[in-house]
Formats: sequence, C-alpha cells, structure tokens
Amino acid sequence: MKRSLGMIVAAALAVAAVPASAQTTLKVRPFGDLKTIDPMTTSDYMVRNHGYMIYDTLFAQDDKGAIKPQMVQSFTTTPDGLTWTFVLRDNLKFHDGAAVTAADVVASLKRWGQLDGLGQQLTAHTAALEAVDARTVKLTLKDRWGLVLEALGKPSSMVPFIMPERIAKTPTNEAIKDPIGSGPFMMKRDEWSPGSKVVYVKAPTYLPRQEPPSGLAGGKVANVDRVEWTIIPDQQTALNALQAGEIDIFEEVPPDMMPLLKGNAKVGVTRFAALQAVLRFNQAIPPFNNAKLRQAILHLVDQEQMVRAYVDDPAFYTNCPSFYMCDSPYFTDAGWPKPDVARAKQLVKESGYDGSPIALLDATESILHSQTLLVAQAMRDIGLKVDHQAMDWPTLSTRRASKNPVAQGGWSAFMSGPAAPDMYEPVGHLALRSNCEKAWFGWPCDEAIEKLRADFTMIPDLEGRKANARAVQLRAIETVPYVPAGQLYLVRGYRKDLTGLLSAGVPVYWSVGRGK
Amino acid sequence: MLSTVPVFIFVALFVFFLLRITPGDPAIMIAGDQASSAQIETIREQLGLNRPLLDQLLAWAGQLLRGDLGRSVFSDIPVTRLIGQRLEPTAMLALVAIVLAIAIALPLGTLAAVRAGGVADRIVMAFAVLGFSSPVFVIAFLLVYLFALTLGWFPTQGYVPLSQGVLACLHSLILPGVALALLYASLLARVTRASLLEVLSEDYIRTANAKGLTPARITIRHALSNAAVPIVTVIGIGMAALLGGVVVTETVFNIPGLGRLATDAIQRRDYPVVQGLILVFSSVYVVINLLVDLSYVLFDPRVRY
Repeated sequence: MKRSLGMIVAAALAVAAVPASAQTTLKVRPFGDLKTIDPMTTSDYMVRNHGYMIYDTLFAQDDKGAIKPQMVQSFTTTPDGLTWTFVLRDNLKFHDGAAVTAADVVASLKRWGQLDGLGQQLTAHTAALEAVDARTVKLTLKDRWGLVLEALGKPSSMVPFIMPERIAKTPTNEAIKDPIGSGPFMMKRDEWSPGSKVVYVKAPTYLPRQEPPSGLAGGKVANVDRVEWTIIPDQQTALNALQAGEIDIFEEVPPDMMPLLKGNAKVGVTRFAALQAVLRFNQAIPPFNNAKLRQAILHLVDQEQMVRAYVDDPAFYTNCPSFYMCDSPYFTDAGWPKPDVARAKQLVKESGYDGSPIALLDATESILHSQTLLVAQAMRDIGLKVDHQAMDWPTLSTRRASKNPVAQGGWSAFMSGPAAPDMYEPVGHLALRSNCEKAWFGWPCDEAIEKLRADFTMIPDLEGRKANARAVQLRAIETVPYVPAGQLYLVRGYRKDLTGLLSAGVPVYWSVGRGK
Repeated sequence: MLSTVPVFIFVALFVFFLLRITPGDPAIMIAGDQASSAQIETIREQLGLNRPLLDQLLAWAGQLLRGDLGRSVFSDIPVTRLIGQRLEPTAMLALVAIVLAIAIALPLGTLAAVRAGGVADRIVMAFAVLGFSSPVFVIAFLLVYLFALTLGWFPTQGYVPLSQGVLACLHSLILPGVALALLYASLLARVTRASLLEVLSEDYIRTANAKGLTPARITIRHALSNAAVPIVTVIGIGMAALLGGVVVTETVFNIPGLGRLATDAIQRRDYPVVQGLILVFSSVYVVINLLVDLSYVLFDPRVRY
C-alpha cells in the first residue's frame, strides 16, 4: 500500500515534470565546461568544440586526414604556388542573417594569424591577404610555403574559424563577446549558465554541403533542433543519467566505469577521439637538462604497461612507438628503442646523475594520474630520486610555467594528454617543437629539429614530407623533448536510439539524430 | 546591524588576499593546456592581474562601493547574474530539506523526549546517530539507486526550475532534499529531545499535569514552545549552512546551485566570482542570525532588544 502510494505521488510529479515541447533535443554531458567563448584566445578543447558548433571553416579535415573544402566552393593556385584564390560558396550566412563575405574571411584569418602558432607562420610567409570581391579571397605568399591548406584546415586548437568582420576586428588582447558564427548551430547566450548548461539551437541560416559527413568535413546537417551541453561534474552521476535516459551522450566515460554499462541494452560505448600520453621534461633546469637522462627515461617507459594502467582493453589503447599518432600519414617507428631497463640504468650512469631530486608533478584528477604513479615507481626502480607531488590541475598549470630550481618550487616532469590532431606532423606538433622559449612548457631547444620543421613547410609532396618527419623523429630520439607513453582512446557512452554519431577526433554534433 | 560592517570588511580582505596567495590564476586557466608563457602573460595583462595588489584591491573596493560585484573573468557575465542564476536551485533545495527535516525531526524528537528511556526513544536516537554519521553522498547514491535507477520514480539528477511548474520542481528535488534532510533531521531530533527533556522537568509542567491538562496539550502548548529557542537556533544555522551552498549534494544530484558555482570558481581561480560569493554567503549568515535572534522574542517574552 505504501509502495503504491509512493508510486502514485512520484508518477503525479513525473507527469508534471514532462516538458510540453515537441522539439528534438540532444542532451550531452561534455567532458568539461565552456569557460570562455573566444576560440582564438585559448587552446582549451572545450572552447574548440564550442567553435565547431557555431562556426564554419574554409577547409576541414576528413576522416582520412585529407583537407577538403568546406566554406570554399573552389580554389586555385598559380604554378609557382605563391598566389592562392579562394571562392566562397554562394548564400553562406551568419546567424544574424548577414552574408558571409570575403572581408569577413580576411578579418578572421588575420586575427587567427596573430594568435595561433601555425597561423603566425602563415602570416610570416604572407605578402598580402585581401578580398577581391564579395566571395573571393586572394592570398599572396612571399615564398612557396607548403602548408596553406593544412593551416586553413587545421582541425584542433586553435582552429581558423570564420566570424563576422566586426567581431574578428576585436583586438587580439581582448576576448570576443558575441558568439555569432555561420555554423550549423547557434549559441543561445541567454541560456548559457557557466558550470551548468550551454544551449545551442539549429541555425536556420546554415547551408550544409551536399557531401556526406566525413571527419570534420562534408555536410554538417543539424538533425536535432536543440543541443544542450549539461555540465555534470560527478562521473557516477553522469553515468546514472545516461542509464536512466536523462542524457543522450556521456563524453569521456572513465574506462573503469565501462563494465557498469555492459548490462544496459539501451546504452553503447564507442571510442570517439584519441590522445597521446606525454611525459614532459623540464629542460631548463637539472637534472633533465641532461639528454642522456632523458634518453634513459625513453628506454625505461614501457608503453604496454602504461596504457594498461588507463584501461585493460586493447580496443581503447594502442602501443604507438612514434612521436606521431599511429594513424597519422607521417607515422614512423624509425629508430624507436624497445623498453630496456638495463639500458636505461646504463644511460643513467652515463648521464652522471648526482641523485638530485626529480619533482614529478601529478594532477590527481587527470586521466593520466595512474600512469604518473607508474612512471614515478619505474624511475625509482632505476635509482632516480623522485619527489612525487600530488596536486590539482590548476596548481600544476601554474607550477609548470616556473623555471626555478626544484628547491624553489620548480619542476622536473609532468604528464599531459594532447589530442591527436595536435600530434600529427612536425610543424603543428605540440611537444616536438624545440624552439626554446617559444616551445611548450619544458622548453626544449634544438636547432636541428627547428631547421627540419622549417624545411617541412617548404616541401610540396607527401613522400618528401614523410622523409622529413622521419628525420625529425630520429633527431628527437636523441634530444628526447618528451616521452610518448602510449595512445589512448577517449570513450563515448551513448543511447542506442541515436543515429549519425561521428568519430571526428573532435566531439561534434551535426549529423546526430534520433532513430525512428 | 552596524556591527556587521567590520565583519564584511574583514571577510572581503581575507578572501582577496587568500585567493592571491593560492597557486594558479585565471590567466593560466583561460589560456589552455597548450599556451606558451608569453600567451599567458598577455592574458594576465589583459585581466589586470600583473598590476600591484593594492591597485587591484582598490579597484575592487571601488566597484563594491558602487554595488558592483564585477564580472566573471571567464564568461564576462556579471557576478550578480551568475549568483542570481544559481540562487533559486540552492534556495529551493534548502527549503525542501529544511521543511522535510522539521517534519521528521520535531515529532521524532518530541516522541523520544516524552518516552525518554523507552524503546521509542532508543529507536529515534539510533536513527539520529545513523543519519548524522552517514555521509550524504552514500545516502544520495543509495536513494538514486533505489528510487531512480531501480524504481524509476524520480530523476537521477538535475533541477527543474520553478518557472516550469512547482510540481516538476519538487519532483526534481525530492531525492536531494531527503538526502540532505536526514542529516539535519538527526541533529534537530537530538536537540529537540534534549531541550524538551529539560523543559519537561520544570515545575510549571508538573503544575500543568496537576491541573489535569492532557499530555498532548502540555507537550505542544507548554513544553515545545518553551523549548523552541535552541531548536530555532539550530534550524537557523542549518538554513544558513544550506544557503551557503551544499557542494556534495549539489554535485551528486547535479543541481546547479551556489555550492557548485563556488567550487567551479575556486578551481578556475575566477577571483571576482569567488569574492562575490563569499560576500553573499557572509551576508546570508548575518541576516539569518539576525532573524533567529529576533525570533527569540516570539518564543521567550523575557527576551528584549
């Protein structure tokens, strides 16, 4: 009787809770929160993902890594490769109804060209970037720089999104405030509640390409009226919500939670993006300013052991003996050493390591926490004095900017997981850059690698570039700017009534709909 | 009221300096994982974080005097609007939890006092100890497993705003409300029992018994009203604590309240939001304490202000 009464009360309240709206809504629990809306001022992946919701790009990478026209209808280049002409598709519109013009493209690329690393290179090689007419953009280079399409179709942070000229003219030291784009969805800024919810609605002005979707390229058809990013900080809560059908997609299901979903016929899991586990050294201070010691760690790290600390299912990891992602056209295992503890010990001896402490920073909320613990123990096992320091990511982010000695708050190593698109080739590669002060934290400094990276941009053919990428790897095995600790796949949990899910390397929500 | 001004000033200064000595700053969080030191420094300049601390403090104080709590350095949304967005879920959760706690605790505490030493007393006190010593997240997950995942009566998470209907709102708050109420009900039941026991041994209760009044009338009319001061104090403190943000409950049930806002802002080092929230929280404490003090007049005629 009591149970019946409870059911009646709950049912009455539940009926009252059903929204009257008939529009189709896709509810997504993203892996993080949207902190800011300017995709040009941050490399934050959530801002990048937001960018793909509301903006479009001139070119985009398909699922085979090829660069395909997106907003561009046609393009030509002169035989000397110095002049590029891009013609925009007809009837492209921003969300406020204004036409997308060549002037918008020029302003957007100029802003991006000041803020993004690859954009800065393009800018440095550019003699002129101008709007010829409303739909035609002309790019004139100073020399035959070979990465024009790769730059304009750059898939990850920071992506050359096209925004209205009035917004793109925002000074680079200010964040944009108006999220008007020309992408498949529009942001409902009035419904944005940071830390709680981000809402997008289908853009009626968007004109998708006719090709089927492929990677980040092809037709971006919005098959739902509304996409809600529901920020759920607790992973167990998110899992419960997915099982109960309160959300449709759970980005980044922790691997140890996957068995909990196996008994639910309405929920599936799939991998949707890859990352490379990176053990980064601080080369500005001892002891990792010593190449021999870094080589020792390269020989020490056993990727098989490291990836299985993340998940014990080969479907969600790959041993990738390379600085490049395994599915990159530039992948090579040339020169890669096999894990060899004896050799690692020998290299430690040759390095003259004096027993000074190694401050290993560990962001305990990171998915690489268990790998960091393994690295710490492996280092201890070969006689290194490891000071394992547990902290949160914001603290690690601050500490890693310091070049002070370890005794004064400095650091020796940390682990991070850059997304696959940032680890594909020598120029855009986050952790191979060895341009000293301008390099990513750890500041590796090597003229040979920098010369090879500069050469890469001038090589017109794929085979030549592959040879260059191989040479970069061979040199990096000597300098060891970092140690790759395996390739991991992020897992997406989803309701099985969804259709059109894409695994584009970046979580995107065009093409996704509900089955009949 | 004037005596609260130094409290606010102290809280404001304390929070301002505490945040600045905490490792990390918003520029690093905005810049993202791949940012170079130069990019972080540019953002730091843009946010004015490289200015001397005194300049930053004076600028913030100037804003406060104009009634402006500033804007989030991340979303550029005014802090007052962010707090406004989160106030309703927390206030509703607090209300539901307190109402449930009172509804559970007052009868049980009274029963335990009236039957002191008996079986009912022991059961109630065992319940109180269990409720008080069980972590909220354990109770929360058990409730979710049973009533949401197994029986499907309630949602596992989320908050439905009042604008979508009172019943729908209550439906989303039942489980978090119960999870939270059990803790406060346990505390309140013990306080109610202790206060009533003290009052029930007073001479005027013996007199009421001698006059032939019914036990119910004696308990409710004479004992409970005289035991009300400590009970109201505990309710007030509980209400203030709940409005200050119940981080665990809001996190487990994904309720976008002030507790979650505070946690997020602290993790991101969003200085204006943290500073604004702390001032709001301290105001809530001051106001509720004041209301509790004033309410004593209603229950105890001897109290004069």
